[in-house]
Amino acid sequence: MFNYTMRRLLLAIPTLLFIALVIFLLLELSPGDPMADMPLTIPPEIREQMRLALGLGEPWYTRFFKWLYLFSVVEPSHVLASITGLENLAIDGQRIISFQTRSPVGDIIAQRLPQTLWVVGLSYLFGILVSLPIGIYSAYRQYSWFDQAGTFVSMVGFSLPTFFTGPLLILIFSIWLGWFPIIYDTTLVVDSWYDFALQMRQMAMPVFVLTLYNAAQITRFMRASMLDNLTQDCVRTARAKGLTERVVVLVHVLRNSMIPVITVIALGIPQIFTGAIITEQIFRVNGLGQLLITAIYATDIPMVLTLSVVFAILIVVFNLIADLLYAVFDPRIRYD
Amino acid sequence: MKRRIALYGAAAALALMPLAASAERGEDGHLNIIYWQAPSIMNPYLSGGTKDVEASSLVLEPLARYNESGELVPWLVDEIPTVENGGVSEDLMSITWTISEGILWADGTPVTSADLAFTAEYCMHPEGGCAQGARYQDVESVEIVDDRTVTVHFSVAKPVPYGPFVTAQAPILQAAQFADCLGARAPECTEANFNPIGTGPFVVTDFRPNDVIQLEANPNYRDPMLPHFATVTLKGGGDAASAGRAVMETGEMDYAWNLQLAPDVIQTMAQGGQGVPVSAFGTLVERIEVNMTDPSPDLPPEIRSTREAPHPILSDIRVRQALSMAIDRELLVEIGYGQAGRPTCNLVPAPPIFASEANDACLVQDLDGARALLEEAGWTVGGDGIRVNADGDRLVLDYQTSTNAVRQDFQALIQQWWREIGIEANLRNINSSVFFGGDPGSPDTFQKFYADVEMYANNFPGTDPEQYLGAYRCGMEPRPSNQWQGENINRFCDPEYDALHLELAQTADIEERGRIGRALNDILMQNFVIIPLVDRGRVSAHANSLGGVLLNTWDSELWNAADWYRVEG
Repeated sequence: MFNYTMRRLLLAIPTLLFIALVIFLLLELSPGDPMADMPLTIPPEIREQMRLALGLGEPWYTRFFKWLYLFSVVEPSHVLASITGLENLAIDGQRIISFQTRSPVGDIIAQRLPQTLWVVGLSYLFGILVSLPIGIYSAYRQYSWFDQAGTFVSMVGFSLPTFFTGPLLILIFSIWLGWFPIIYDTTLVVDSWYDFALQMRQMAMPVFVLTLYNAAQITRFMRASMLDNLTQDCVRTARAKGLTERVVVLVHVLRNSMIPVITVIALGIPQIFTGAIITEQIFRVNGLGQLLITAIYATDIPMVLTLSVVFAILIVVFNLIADLLYAVFDPRIRYD
Repeated sequence: MKRRIALYGAAAALALMPLAASAERGEDGHLNIIYWQAPSIMNPYLSGGTKDVEASSLVLEPLARYNESGELVPWLVDEIPTVENGGVSEDLMSITWTISEGILWADGTPVTSADLAFTAEYCMHPEGGCAQGARYQDVESVEIVDDRTVTVHFSVAKPVPYGPFVTAQAPILQAAQFADCLGARAPECTEANFNPIGTGPFVVTDFRPNDVIQLEANPNYRDPMLPHFATVTLKGGGDAASAGRAVMETGEMDYAWNLQLAPDVIQTMAQGGQGVPVSAFGTLVERIEVNMTDPSPDLPPEIRSTREAPHPILSDIRVRQALSMAIDRELLVEIGYGQAGRPTCNLVPAPPIFASEANDACLVQDLDGARALLEEAGWTVGGDGIRVNADGDRLVLDYQTSTNAVRQDFQALIQQWWREIGIEANLRNINSSVFFGGDPGSPDTFQKFYADVEMYANNFPGTDPEQYLGAYRCGMEPRPSNQWQGENINRFCDPEYDALHLELAQTADIEERGRIGRALNDILMQNFVIIPLVDRGRVSAHANSLGGVLLNTWDSELWNAADWYRVEG
């Protein structure tokens, strides 16, 4: 298993380099200009000077390798320094600078991460907690009214896009009922029960929207996987042996059914970090998703590139984790 | 920090006890402002974006700025230098500014002439990529006369010398804070760019780029009674619609900036009763630009859309005039902008002294007149209702603009009107970051103008249109040899116009400048190279409980935030 893991990790390096290059070239070739947002009253020769000041005068390969060096050496040293608290670990000098804010990309990402983890992470967790029991019971009582209702809710979750459910909830709960705020206050520091209640109120709507979406997907997986296993010979044998329904369903069926579901859940974890672009924008959660979309609009190449490659790394890593978990849960699978 | 403010507040309260108890710094508590475009940086010299310029105007201030009626008012000085008071030299080559006595930076140190000289140096550094370089154009040197006085020397005569240190786009930076941030090192000064020390009513306590800014009252602000608010949150992001809702329907926010929404949407929101929309007009004109050159794809790239290839159809003034006459501007305003727009027939709609009245005939739609003009130009109605000329060429125009709901509505309406006079328009819309991106490699930029007509809006900073009108001189057009950078989008060229513009550049008398400015505007309008449609105003909204808002389109919307106060009740 160790050898396998090492081999996969080594193979990931060229993959990631290739991904980084492709993203860079896509950004390079796509039309758009960091100066497009500037008012037309700024004359063209000043725009040109601003472009040069952003480093856009250099050829693309120079910029790519510069970025690659900063991303793989300088930025990790800053991450390490802030984790360990040892300031001198950080390499001095230039860092990856965002075009929009002229500040290090790494700092902004670190600042945005908590919002995204709170809202998107919590909704993923809730999604799992809600969907597993629903999926199990729906499969056990297939075609019962509970199953029909569960199917209906997950179809709603699947088919209603978040850009519809989000404004709908705002209309009902903020404007008509006045229960929740429209605007998410990212500066709120939770240090009392009152603040905690505020935090819960402002998170309620975005978390609900995303939970509905996540739960819809996982419920369907869980239900399908349970249905596959409920008809297995071993289940009939277990019942024949006189085991209680509880043991049959929760031990014999559920354990086997969890194998594909856990893979799906592990593969979905990078989504927590990439943020929910639309939902974050609607509720002004201003996490990583909102960061990415505003950077794309502003043609902030260093920001888009760095975020995309970080996401790519997360996806590669969680793919590996999903594969390893598979072997842990299913003794039939061996990687050696 | 909060405790310090509280102490200052307490001290101020004690000192002012005999006076009205209602006038003390920070008495009105907290102010919530929402910008649906989130500010990225607090230094207007590194970003020309309106959101960034306006956010920084809470902290950084210029020597003089425009008020809500477009008049230049002294801000950190006692009077505006003019030729009459001797502040501007007779030859118009220099201007002398004297900072008012007792102006302090937020850190308590005095503002000196060294700060002014430094600010100019900062923006004029060749490697800095200063976004406001245009305001410091032709500055030769900034001479320090004494502690509070500088003289700015220009390399040419400047009839309007109010570029450097004037308006929210060119505020003063503190030399001590930015000393190590010159030129290529400008982006390294993250701390200074996010938390600049200014003279304005507020200081930054927490800056989160593209998200939220928290500020508190400046303890060293020059007026001890101001600002009324102790703390400010400027939240960014989301969309204009929910920003408007947060002010007018739920009352979560006190002020929402620039609500670019359909008029009926704003009306519905205003019924929420928590706030009111406010509007004001500046110089922003939505217009159709006519291409005087041939954009045909059959031409080689070095000739296409350049002056070497005159436009086969639109070179005829009668066709251009017909295009303008067929448009019902009143209806466009009603559909697209409501209270935030009014029909206009001028490229320069304001200030009053530059606004011409010679072209107002365009306000009335005249389809018959347009048809007659086309007939006269030799375009007769063909079988499918589209006109053809003697050679059998159909009167078809490519009409492009940026992707934007209002613009697509306008395109559809105008297409319909043009069809009624026998012109077919092929519509096209392009993502605005491409259209306005200026990438010389892209065929879809507004500068390249690979279409017959295109629509967008533009304005000029401040109140003097000299530079704006100067864009339409011969040789200023985008073309391959200048990487398609240029502002004469129409490729218009008229030696008479150039001569008149030269005269404007040498005239200081404001009445005379007004006359020449109007004449230049009239040349462009009466040649129908630009078809103005709508004079676009700005709509913002403030809560009923927020007083003192004077919507200013000539400077930052937050220009008088120090005077904003809480209305009781």
